[in-house]
Amino acid sequence: MGIIKTDKLTFEYIRRDEEGNVEGITRAVDEVDLDIKQGDFIAVLGHNGSGKSTLAKHINAILYPTEGTVWVDGMDTQDESHLWDIRQEAGMVFQNPDNQIIGQVVEEDVGFGPENMGVPTKEIWERVEESLKAVGMYEYRKHSPNKLSGGQKQRVSIAGVIAMHPKCIILDEPTAMLDPNGRKEVIRAVRALNDVEGITVVLITHYMEEIIHADMVFVMDQGHIAMEGTPREIFSRVEELQELRLDVPQVTLLAHELRQKGVNLPEGILTIEEFTEALMAVSGR
Amino acid sequence: MIRDITLGQYYQADSVIHKLDPRVKLVATIGFIISLFVVDSWVGYVVAALFLACMIKLSKVPFGYMVKGMKAIVFILLITVVFNLFLTPGEPLVTFWKLTITKEGLRIAVMMAVRLSFLIVGSSLMTLTTTPNSLTDGMEKLMGPLKYVKVPVHEVSMMMSIALRFIPILLEETDKIMKAQIARGADFESGNLIKKAKAMVPLLVPLFISAFRRANDLAMAMEARCYRGGEHRTKMKPLRYRGADRAAYGVLLLYFVGCVAIRVWL
Repeated sequence: MGIIKTDKLTFEYIRRDEEGNVEGITRAVDEVDLDIKQGDFIAVLGHNGSGKSTLAKHINAILYPTEGTVWVDGMDTQDESHLWDIRQEAGMVFQNPDNQIIGQVVEEDVGFGPENMGVPTKEIWERVEESLKAVGMYEYRKHSPNKLSGGQKQRVSIAGVIAMHPKCIILDEPTAMLDPNGRKEVIRAVRALNDVEGITVVLITHYMEEIIHADMVFVMDQGHIAMEGTPREIFSRVEELQELRLDVPQVTLLAHELRQKGVNLPEGILTIEEFTEALMAVSGR
Repeated sequence: MIRDITLGQYYQADSVIHKLDPRVKLVATIGFIISLFVVDSWVGYVVAALFLACMIKLSKVPFGYMVKGMKAIVFILLITVVFNLFLTPGEPLVTFWKLTITKEGLRIAVMMAVRLSFLIVGSSLMTLTTTPNSLTDGMEKLMGPLKYVKVPVHEVSMMMSIALRFIPILLEETDKIMKAQIARGADFESGNLIKKAKAMVPLLVPLFISAFRRANDLAMAMEARCYRGGEHRTKMKPLRYRGADRAAYGVLLLYFVGCVAIRVWL
């Protein structure tokens, strides 16, 4: 069993009218089976309302499954005696950086998680220092979060999670409210965590460029897992992606269109460098 | 204009006052406020002013920055002054139309103005030099004994610290909504008071909705980071009195005794 495993995970949002009668049921997640290995970089893709955020909240035991089971490091999320262990092991970063920073000073915010866990004072300081260094925000430790850019705020949020020494970290659209530069900053920090610290990463996003480096990609649609595979496998299925209303990176799309016009390019080209190489090879230079 | 309010915001600087234990600053602020009501002579106010000026100097917070925060309360100050000026009975000084300024009225009005502005400057000095987190830490520790009579001390202090943290964010949001409404033809400037108040409705409704949404998000983020109330919690910055704190208590005591002495003997 991997670090995160779900078995037929189903979650229903129940809408009620004013008297509390059930008005309608929305199945946000529908019989999802996942098995994520320790140390992997996983990306979950999907357009709005595909159930990807709902799925993420199950891993941190913020939501409990209507049916099915979620295990984090072998612990059932519905077992209340493990609740705090699960939340410590599976850290979560949310979309809006303003709504998840609690401290008025960067270092105080990063210390919030360890404080809640009852870590001794001296060790909190060590953890704060190493987590801020891991995301490259150590110079800003005395700053007020209000004066930071979006990308910097998100890196502080990530540091706040790492300070709890999680085994995996779930990022629920961490870049959705950032500008392109902030997005790059955050993704770079997340990749470094995965490469250097070996933390399992579950990145939920709808930006295609961000999943290129993932080990495994899951594409969600209407609560189901519609596609799964390596980024290369996923991107070679351009038409299917477009049917799911997802944008394919421009260079992949270009290669795909060229192939259809008869140019002999390989499927699933992800970067501009790969594309130029393949094109040079084809044109015989 | 709305973002100029400095009341309750932390000003980053490296000073003696910044480094003091928050409990000292809390006690000092309360002591200072009480002292303002203890003294009732001009000598007393001069002493209070000197004390305050020394503290501001020591805190390295620019005086201009503090005064900017005062703008928000000019209105309250004005009302107090006007009421005291005209409605205090006593020996008439100037009379025009039906309004009389009395000698006592003038004295009380000036005194109230001085008291109020000292009070505001004094308490904003505390919030400017203390991060909300350490401020609430101090409060939690000072009010600690209340836990035994079932007062949720930790929860209250956490609520206060979060409220303080969201002041600038919500102000920014208000500014944004205001601009968005102005861009679509809303008028917040003209008309009488009632019309202005009515114009605030399309500002307040979205602000409230967004505040609730933020609160919901924040609660979730806190739970995700293992927040479960005050039990089992350790402190990143535990409070411990140092030499400077004891010295500060000494200075405070001296000042307070001085104020009482002025009241009694002058």
